[in-house]
Amino acid sequence: MGSPHMGSPEMGWNEQQESPREAGAPGLDLAQVREKLAAAEGPEYWRSIEELADTPEFRDMVHREFPRQASEWPEGVSRRGFLELSAASLALAGLTACTRQPEEKIVPYVRQPEELVPGRPLFYATSMELAGDSLGVLVESHMGRPTKVEGNPEHPASLGATDVFAQASILGLYDPDRSQSVTHLERIATWGDFSTALLGRIQALKALQGEGLRILTQTVLSPTLAAQIEDVLARLPKARWHQWEAAGAHSARAAARAAFGADAAIRYDFAKADVVVALDADFLTSGPGWVRHARAFAGRRKAAWKKGEAKMNRLYAVESSPTVTSTQADHRLALPPQGVAAFAASLAAAVGVPGAAAGDLGAFAQAASWVAAVAEDLKAHRGASIVIAGDCAPPELHVLAHALNEALGNAGATVLYTEPVEARAEDQIASIRGLTEDMRAGKVDTLLILGGNPVYDAPADLGFAEALLKVPFRAHLSMHRDETTAWCPWHLPASHFLEAWSDTRCFDGTAAVVQPLIEPLYPSAKSAHEVMALLGATTDATGYELVRGHWQRTVLAGAGAGFEAAWRKAVHDGVAGVGAAASKAVPVAADAVARACAAARESGGGMALLFRPDPGLYDGRFANNGWLQEVPRPLTKLTWDNALLLSPREAEKLGLATESIAEVAAGGKKLALPVWVLPGHAEGCATVHLGWGRSRAGKVGSGVGVDVYPLRTSAALWQAGGVTITKGSGEHTLASAQTHQDIELQTREATKRHLVRHGTVEQFEKNPHFVGEMGHHTPAADETMYPPHAYNGYSWGLAIDLSSCVGCNACVVACQSENNIPVVGKEQVAGAREMHWIRIDRYFQGDLDDPAVHMQPVMCMHCELAPCEVVCPVAATVHGPEGLNEMVYNRCVGTRYCSNNCPYKVRRFNFLLYSDFETEVLRMAKNPDVTIRSRGVMEKCTYCVQRINLARIDAKREGRKIKDGEVVTACQQACPAEAIVFGDLNDAGSEVNSWKASELNYGLLDDLNTRPRTTYLAKLSNPNPALGGGAAHSSGHEGDH
Amino acid sequence: MAMLEASADRYDRPPVVGSPHDAATVTDQVSNIVYGRTPLWWLGTFAVAFSIFGVMTISIFWLLIKGTGIWGINVPVGWGFAIINFVWWIGIGHAGTLISAILLLLRQEWRTSINRFAEAMTLFAVACAGLFPLLHTGRPWLGYWLLPIPNTMGMWPNFRSPLIWDVFAVTTYATVSALFWFTGLIPDLATFRDHAKNKLARTIYGIASMGWRGSARHWHNYESVYLLLAGLSTPLVLSVHTVVSFDFAMSIVPGWHTTIFPPYFVAGAVYAGFAMVLTLVIPLRPLFKIQDLITERHLQNMAKVMLVTGLIVAYGYAMELFVGWYSGHHAEKFMLENRITGPYWPIWWSLILFNVAIPQLLWAKRNRTSPMALFAISMSINVGMWLERFVIVATSLHRDYLVSSWDMYTPTKWDWGLYLGTIGFFLTLMLLFIRYLPMIAIFEMRTLTPGAKVKHPETHAKAH
Repeated sequence: MGSPHMGSPEMGWNEQQESPREAGAPGLDLAQVREKLAAAEGPEYWRSIEELADTPEFRDMVHREFPRQASEWPEGVSRRGFLELSAASLALAGLTACTRQPEEKIVPYVRQPEELVPGRPLFYATSMELAGDSLGVLVESHMGRPTKVEGNPEHPASLGATDVFAQASILGLYDPDRSQSVTHLERIATWGDFSTALLGRIQALKALQGEGLRILTQTVLSPTLAAQIEDVLARLPKARWHQWEAAGAHSARAAARAAFGADAAIRYDFAKADVVVALDADFLTSGPGWVRHARAFAGRRKAAWKKGEAKMNRLYAVESSPTVTSTQADHRLALPPQGVAAFAASLAAAVGVPGAAAGDLGAFAQAASWVAAVAEDLKAHRGASIVIAGDCAPPELHVLAHALNEALGNAGATVLYTEPVEARAEDQIASIRGLTEDMRAGKVDTLLILGGNPVYDAPADLGFAEALLKVPFRAHLSMHRDETTAWCPWHLPASHFLEAWSDTRCFDGTAAVVQPLIEPLYPSAKSAHEVMALLGATTDATGYELVRGHWQRTVLAGAGAGFEAAWRKAVHDGVAGVGAAASKAVPVAADAVARACAAARESGGGMALLFRPDPGLYDGRFANNGWLQEVPRPLTKLTWDNALLLSPREAEKLGLATESIAEVAAGGKKLALPVWVLPGHAEGCATVHLGWGRSRAGKVGSGVGVDVYPLRTSAALWQAGGVTITKGSGEHTLASAQTHQDIELQTREATKRHLVRHGTVEQFEKNPHFVGEMGHHTPAADETMYPPHAYNGYSWGLAIDLSSCVGCNACVVACQSENNIPVVGKEQVAGAREMHWIRIDRYFQGDLDDPAVHMQPVMCMHCELAPCEVVCPVAATVHGPEGLNEMVYNRCVGTRYCSNNCPYKVRRFNFLLYSDFETEVLRMAKNPDVTIRSRGVMEKCTYCVQRINLARIDAKREGRKIKDGEVVTACQQACPAEAIVFGDLNDAGSEVNSWKASELNYGLLDDLNTRPRTTYLAKLSNPNPALGGGAAHSSGHEGDH
Repeated sequence: MAMLEASADRYDRPPVVGSPHDAATVTDQVSNIVYGRTPLWWLGTFAVAFSIFGVMTISIFWLLIKGTGIWGINVPVGWGFAIINFVWWIGIGHAGTLISAILLLLRQEWRTSINRFAEAMTLFAVACAGLFPLLHTGRPWLGYWLLPIPNTMGMWPNFRSPLIWDVFAVTTYATVSALFWFTGLIPDLATFRDHAKNKLARTIYGIASMGWRGSARHWHNYESVYLLLAGLSTPLVLSVHTVVSFDFAMSIVPGWHTTIFPPYFVAGAVYAGFAMVLTLVIPLRPLFKIQDLITERHLQNMAKVMLVTGLIVAYGYAMELFVGWYSGHHAEKFMLENRITGPYWPIWWSLILFNVAIPQLLWAKRNRTSPMALFAISMSINVGMWLERFVIVATSLHRDYLVSSWDMYTPTKWDWGLYLGTIGFFLTLMLLFIRYLPMIAIFEMRTLTPGAKVKHPETHAKAH
């Protein structure tokens, strides 16, 4: 939450302080604020102290259509202005660009010679943690400067792929708003000052066995950090360790305890699953190990056209809020939360789970026929199916999923249980509640908050911030001076994961070393290990020594004398090499199912409000990351804002429309949010995304969107019942990357034009040519005035498998990072000027209440007969000798004729000076192999020509041709679902040729005779005949031919 | 031509110039506009026009400082006001060339009263038009790369691009129009030099008249050059707008890719040009009391040209609709549906109202001879022709092939600023022209006075 309710008159830092200061809002009259609060009748919610004080500044902010930082161009004080200032301040801080190599030995990944060759990047393996999960990555380093994150093929969670957060972490490293020094009471201090203050405190606490010392972390995966904390707890037995992860796996933990009586981590094997039932589960873009899951799942989607592999799988999605996963579903059922619970209970009963009692599906006509059909399908695939409940689903759904998997014989086959991966699995809701109560009761003397932002994201009912003020000594370690910083006298700058040593474990228990690629950009930044070391036995230990020492004692203890080699290998590979955690058998307790069914029956009716982590900002931690602010959310295509998602019918009932303001009241609190009508959303509920409305995120993220944490209580973390939604006054412009105007017309036209071609496996088997027959007339090869181009060397081409693509956006951000694509801001996105070279087009199909959703990544098609090339008056876009449509930035004068004439509208124009040439620290994030484009120049996808050229240099030096698979485009490399393949069309044996040889291959708008080099493989689905062949997916082939 | 000359009723028509005039009165009347006191209305109008011109200057400065992003263009609508205005202004210019060149070659004597004025209008309209293609580029300072200048980069422009054809067409047009206008001015500039009452005027007009002494040899050379230039200009009337239409017709954008564009653009240009001439001439007649030089017959003839070209334009619209439907192409059909019923439907329907419906009033002679009615109709056509370009440029682009990329185009204040600014620029130039140069060709008017017809036996007899 933005700010707590301050009842306490002792609103200062603490008793030791010389001058009480108002938190976070200099220039406010707190007396006036208190007066207003006293005068207010009843519980009144307010977003911030500023709002309460009703200052002119606040009113100004409210009146502004766009938050200050989002409205970058073209008038007034621009973000550029801010950046200039920060650049100046960076210069003053003595930061000179580039190369700060860590002092310890770090080990480059062997894709290149040992020594650094100027102009050649090195790759280092490391891991990125996110909310109780970690992903192994390889980070590209140019002359000691990390520029790009790729997946680590040897890491089990990655297999070479990445996600949006990993891709955007580079920008997080170079965020100009990162905290640069230790501060005490907002004055610059040193680590020495802090250490002295803390140790003085600890000395006093020692006598009390640590009574009053509390450590608050997010979910800890690092074995070393856990050991450090446990060590402190061992020496100070009365000290306590709390964890809080706002968007963590709370339901899964509760369910594991309820079902098995023990904590367990769950591992799914989607490669072996023929039938998958997703209960409010977005397993293709979220949850532990999702990148791996997406790959395994997509492998089974490709099975339909990749001959000789297993059969195509089938996915049923039952959910309230539309997920990206459900766009891949063969059957999708939208039900309100109580409907999903009832469905799960009925399914369990139908499958024959002992103790299961069917739920009440009376209100959901379609659901009853579903239960029978899905149960039959599951029973026919015993041991080869998966029932999965999502992280945001209530615990009873998880229990039912466990029971179903057990009854179906999936447990031990497709679903494995292991010891928890996190260092200490605990009920984090109880943990943060306990901490808050103790703080309020004055039992907490010293609180170390290591990461996280609890003032912003702790459950609203706890009153965390208010209680926090009762803690005499509080310190907060974080990368930004955020909301929690504002309430803590001591602020400690945290290092980025690319700057510090650590270790972690991924979803299957594999341990990995997190090695730094660069010395902290701001020398005072330290990792949690180093902070904990202040409390340890040896206070001068570095992160490297701590991690290495711990590994020597534990993870690699078996190596004995060979530790040095094993350590070196672990650092080099990015994985420990000791394998995944062993699976264990965990029987579901007999009464757990009955209790879950009872809970499902009791889940209330009425309007429900669903909280979901944002696909870009997650729980709010990425709010200051421009790439993630601007990445279009997969289903809404929204950028720079969150909204209240409503189904079309519900919106109609409430008299609301897209961009109108709704007032949402829950638990006596009220919020005003803009509405976004999302086809396919279940009725009887609405969705909001967490992570927005940060008041102290930084120049990019502060004040963007609406903070919905105030409505989120510890009892209802993911869904709040009994919510009232009413029409508010006014409108709010939302910046969507795809217009929301005339959705029905769009749907009609997209269908007529056969943009996304799709069909069923059955259809494909009956008539393999159905895709080719679908389009309009495709002109013959000789229907052109121009002589054909000759390709004697390479001839590049790309294919995209629509059956695999889930629309996760990893490619979009990967491309942005690889190709130095600027962020343009909300106003520009609203004006249809986003710069992404690859975008994911989303089409609805069928009924607006229950549409099928198709994702289609679109980048430059590199047409053989490119309409853009002919019309450019200065020959700035020309056909290259290897078939690439080449854009010569230096020659471009910016007539935009090429863009007008491009039927795919993949060209992007620098209408203003979008690239940031000034901010020193952001320069370091740029890929040195790609030109930074200036104002007035057209740009577009190049098929990552810099990567082609790098491979060409290697091949030439070795006197050979470029091998198939040697050139991997950034989008292809990032894709978790392996939906993109790139290669040489002149190489008969290339993977891309084998894809294009498929009968499913088609060119987008190929009737225009553009002859695109990027082609698509039509989307196939595998509907269950018992459910009417997947109504949503198989219709819509009408239209003229 | 021959047929027209042979036409029996030629001399039964109302005279081009009122009978009380002779060579001296015509000269006096036109030159007095220049030598007389500056009228108050002129000062007022000039102040307003010059202020609007200032808006253009500011708009250009801001554009150069910030970039084309200050406008409403985006992807998909890469061309907006700049190209709409370019085509609109170029179109307006056509009337001047048509009047000067084609009507000269067709020996339409009535053109004489208005040709100078129309030529000036052409030149200024082309000046306004020429600004846009340059300014609309992302990097206007590199605009010379569109010219085939030998350079160290060893680069030629892309001769396949219609924009390059456009560069040739428009620069040629501007050059020939300027030469034609200036050549025609020389004898009158000499008259002004001779009448000049102060040394400054005498010097300036003297230099500008290039030593014209009115000798037979001068007249001979003049006539040859003028005729040659008229001959050169004639194909330009057809070619310029044809080439401009290629910018659209050669593309693959539904709504642009249309074979009817060249003739329909040319007709539209003449249509727009005559409307603009009328818009300017009608208020000037009473203001300068030149109703007897620019008579109702002129107005009526221009109205007739408008009616004919207007019908051609209406035919063009009808053909667009028919061919769009007849093609059976999904994108073409949708484009038409979108124009008529899509988010920009008021623009399309206004276009039909202003450009097709209202001009039908010209069928009535009462309207053709009423300056007030003509003024209203010509204003309607000015607006209508601008809307036509908006429909072509913006509504075709905003929803083209790929549904995901559909979006709206909303002009910003800078779009409007530059557009209205060029109108100020145009009016400023027009006002300077009518104040300091002979807006009616004096020497040609002299030949139209009844006294000049002495050689003709019939007229001679009547005069006696």
